[in-house]
Amino acid sequence: MLNTILKKEKLIPGMTSKLVIDAPLIAAKAKPGNFVILRVCDKGERIPLTIADVDAAAGTISIVYLVLGKTTAHLETLGEGDAIHDLCGPLGKATEIHKIGTVICVGGGTGIAAMHHIAKGHHLAGNHVVAIIGARNKDLLLFYKELSAFCPEVLVTTDDGSFGRKGLVTETLVDRLKSDPSVAEVVAVGPVPMMQAVANATKPFNVKTTVSLNSIMVDGVGMCGACRVSIGGKVKFACVDGPEFDGHEVDFGELRARLTAFKPQEAISYEEFKKSHGCN
Amino acid sequence: MAATNPEKKKARKVVKPRVEMPLQPAEERVHNFSEVATGYTHEMALEEASRCLQCKKPKCVQGCPVEVPIKDFITAFLKEGVEAAYRVIKSTNSLPAVCGRVCPQETQCEGSCLLGLKAQPVAIGRLERYIADKYMALSACEELTGKPECRLIDPDLKVACIGSGPSSLTAAGYLAARGIKVTLFEALHELGGVLIYGIPEFRLPKSIVRREIEALRELHVDLLPNYVIGKTVEVKELFEQGYKAAFIGVGAGLPRFLGIPGESLIGVFSANEYLTRVNLGRAYDFPNFDTPIFPGKHVAVFGGGNVAMDSARTALRLGAESVRIVYRRTREEMPARHEEVEHAHEEGVIFECLYGPIEFLGDERGFLRGMNLQKMCLGEPDASGRCAPVCVEGETCTMECDLAVVAVGTGPNRVLLEATPELNLSKRGYIVTNPDTGETSIPNVYAGGDIVTGAATVISAMGAGRRAAKEIAKRLLGKADVI
Repeated sequence: MLNTILKKEKLIPGMTSKLVIDAPLIAAKAKPGNFVILRVCDKGERIPLTIADVDAAAGTISIVYLVLGKTTAHLETLGEGDAIHDLCGPLGKATEIHKIGTVICVGGGTGIAAMHHIAKGHHLAGNHVVAIIGARNKDLLLFYKELSAFCPEVLVTTDDGSFGRKGLVTETLVDRLKSDPSVAEVVAVGPVPMMQAVANATKPFNVKTTVSLNSIMVDGVGMCGACRVSIGGKVKFACVDGPEFDGHEVDFGELRARLTAFKPQEAISYEEFKKSHGCN
Repeated sequence: MAATNPEKKKARKVVKPRVEMPLQPAEERVHNFSEVATGYTHEMALEEASRCLQCKKPKCVQGCPVEVPIKDFITAFLKEGVEAAYRVIKSTNSLPAVCGRVCPQETQCEGSCLLGLKAQPVAIGRLERYIADKYMALSACEELTGKPECRLIDPDLKVACIGSGPSSLTAAGYLAARGIKVTLFEALHELGGVLIYGIPEFRLPKSIVRREIEALRELHVDLLPNYVIGKTVEVKELFEQGYKAAFIGVGAGLPRFLGIPGESLIGVFSANEYLTRVNLGRAYDFPNFDTPIFPGKHVAVFGGGNVAMDSARTALRLGAESVRIVYRRTREEMPARHEEVEHAHEEGVIFECLYGPIEFLGDERGFLRGMNLQKMCLGEPDASGRCAPVCVEGETCTMECDLAVVAVGTGPNRVLLEATPELNLSKRGYIVTNPDTGETSIPNVYAGGDIVTGAATVISAMGAGRRAAKEIAKRLLGKADVI
């Protein structure tokens, strides 16, 4: 049935899950970089989530989320056999993928899942994909296995050194760029501070840097401008002009501020949900 | 001597005043989202209808974009009652309950009413609304066509209507009532387009829109929300799936911003975002509904159209202490319906006319805290025929506000257009159609409503939907006499 969750994998218990959803129409069209907008219930909010993987033959898409507020907490209560109330996509512009040589794909936190789909696209296009992924510790690291399946290099960093190199993804990235001048592009998906740090780190190397922006969205089809971001001084809508942009042009400060717009309301909503555990 | 000219005698007769529309008192209604105008009683409607002069050549009909036989429906109402009148209206207008509420009657039918020369015109919109609300449809077919029976659906005669606003709803209803299988595709999760996400509950109750959608469902129209044509499926694929024709009514929903410094501060919203959160997301009932809205103490709304009025009145209802409409011209030049300006004024919206925005001012956290404004005066008429606003050099001021809504117009929705490069577009980016048939540069693909004209009225969108549907029906059913 449409939008049914066929498989649920708890990647980090209570925090992050992967859902494989029956969505043949979306799966037939979804490309790396695309996202969906979903609602979990009739009174729910529309939220965007990047598509982490697609199986067009099976007619499924995968999404990975971090439980951050009411909608994702509610999503986490759903199990296999349950259906997503509303699911719309694939939205946004697909990643520009050409055969260009070596591409470094950097992912942080839940962003690793979204980055996975882009990395896969580059791999299928014949590029040499280097994945650099980071998390606070080993238990919070996502998609190591999935990326290792096709990336000739998967470089891991953790804050506490429990897996891979101790430190930040940017340190590994800079080392890799120093040792390999042939890198054609760097892609970064993750928390805004991480993407900003990556863009800052790649600037001296003058390497094309693509980031995927996670601004607040309402309709997701270009009708409200909630997701507007400043790119090279020009206003763009992340939903229809993006979500991927040139990292060296993004006003990250503005994006960080705009992401806080509804913090108090988000907290109220989450508290209400904890009391009721469902659609109010 | 010759007898007194009866016409002259009639003209001297004192014209009865127009029957006022009962309203929720302003001080009450600013605290709720229920409909402001509560509607005529039967007696009121009869009294108002009796004011009609029954002109031999009714000018009101010419003033109506879909030429509702106004004189005839008023006669039918007075002589035969609601049901007969409803049928007359429905012969050309598929959404009378909507139009009676949101049409700019003062520039259309009522603006052409002869009574208006000496007194107030007949309240045609209010009568239309009364009749539409009162009439309880026996069936969907009856509701849509005024006829008791609709032809059976031929499953192979499939037409796709893209978007579910007034033009598409009209096209879908027209086609389905004539035995054509229709699928209605909508990008959002709820059907109705601008009638749902744009026009607030207090001006157009959602139940009215839902009634129209339900009628389509009864006529076996397939309703597909969360379906973005140009993303989920492309126009040309619809033909591969067996659709014989497509009608594009995706509207003009791309918000225009002012393009001034500070516009990305938190608290600056496009009217579309603000209204979509409140109307589609029911943010007025947060946290019962999840979609949040920024509360706003001192609100500034930019623009002078219906959307600006809707935004300002929404802000009042959400509890703002002060709401100001900032407009570069004067109240006379505002494109909004007079009634909406009047209602906004009664509710306490402050009109800061002859001011233009220069800059949004923010605090260190990126939140809006005020505005710099430029004093304007009226100059010579511009291309729109209205006096152009001109800056008064050196006269600027600062205004405190923590929420601003930009309601200065919209552009064409881009998703479908970008995915369908074969469509011929105008310089302004709207779809070019054959004015007689509504057909686009792609054979059997039609378009109508705001995506062709740019932001306009519900009624003109309906007119376009009807025109295209008529052509589609004519071609599919092979008859020249499809009405």
